[in-house]
Amino acid sequence: MKNDLILQTITKVAVFIILLFSISIFLGGHYSPGGGFVGGLMTSAAIVLLLLAYDLKTVANILPVDYKLVIGAGLLIAALTVAGAMLFNVPMMTHAYNYFDLPILGKTSLHTAVLFDLGVYLVVVGVTMTIIQTIGEDE
Amino acid sequence: MNEIFKIIAMILIILGTLLSLVSTFGIIRLPDVYTRNHAASKATTLGIMFILLGTFLYFHYVHGHFDTRVLLGIFFIFLTSPVAGHLLSRSAYHSGVKMWDQSVEDDLKNAKDKVYISK
Repeated sequence: MKNDLILQTITKVAVFIILLFSISIFLGGHYSPGGGFVGGLMTSAAIVLLLLAYDLKTVANILPVDYKLVIGAGLLIAALTVAGAMLFNVPMMTHAYNYFDLPILGKTSLHTAVLFDLGVYLVVVGVTMTIIQTIGEDE
Repeated sequence: MNEIFKIIAMILIILGTLLSLVSTFGIIRLPDVYTRNHAASKATTLGIMFILLGTFLYFHYVHGHFDTRVLLGIFFIFLTSPVAGHLLSRSAYHSGVKMWDQSVEDDLKNAKDKVYISK
């Protein structure tokens, strides 16, 4: 007797809140507690909540992502950020930042460390989801 | 002005703590899973929301820091904590946990019986 109406309805609302909060702490990692690791873990927690409320096939339909490719993309982004410093004749992992006038956000400080953090974020999401989905599908 | 909001925040936090304490006594003293769950999920939800609201007011009016995360936390607790209580109770019922021996009404059992008969 399967009747998960309440759980599934609340999941639809809660997943968006969790995803927004994870993006918020990912982007705020430079100035406040948070960053790529916690943001990635929280994003995968949102997907795990979807997995709890629905089943593996439904979630694979909603998010048709191969998480092993996500790990690869994250490592590639991080490696390119590290190697990119060599183009400017500075030691590896040298980061640069500057202030830009963006249309809506106004004066914003953009830092290349965010790109490295994006790599960390993707790797964490990929690894966590690969582990959980591999354990979850037991055929 | 600051003092008023400090006092309001203090009252809210003390109320929240008292509600959490009451719910703890409920968990200790009530007879079965369902009544304990009733005490735990309702009183603690309101208690934590009071504590968070007090924290929000304190930081907003005394330190001038508008913390949207606390507001989001209040909303999220309000949304999810009763659902967690519902799921706990439901899984307890379906795995056959007995109700208190002085309970008089079991509507879910009647509903389940009806479903089985109609099938």
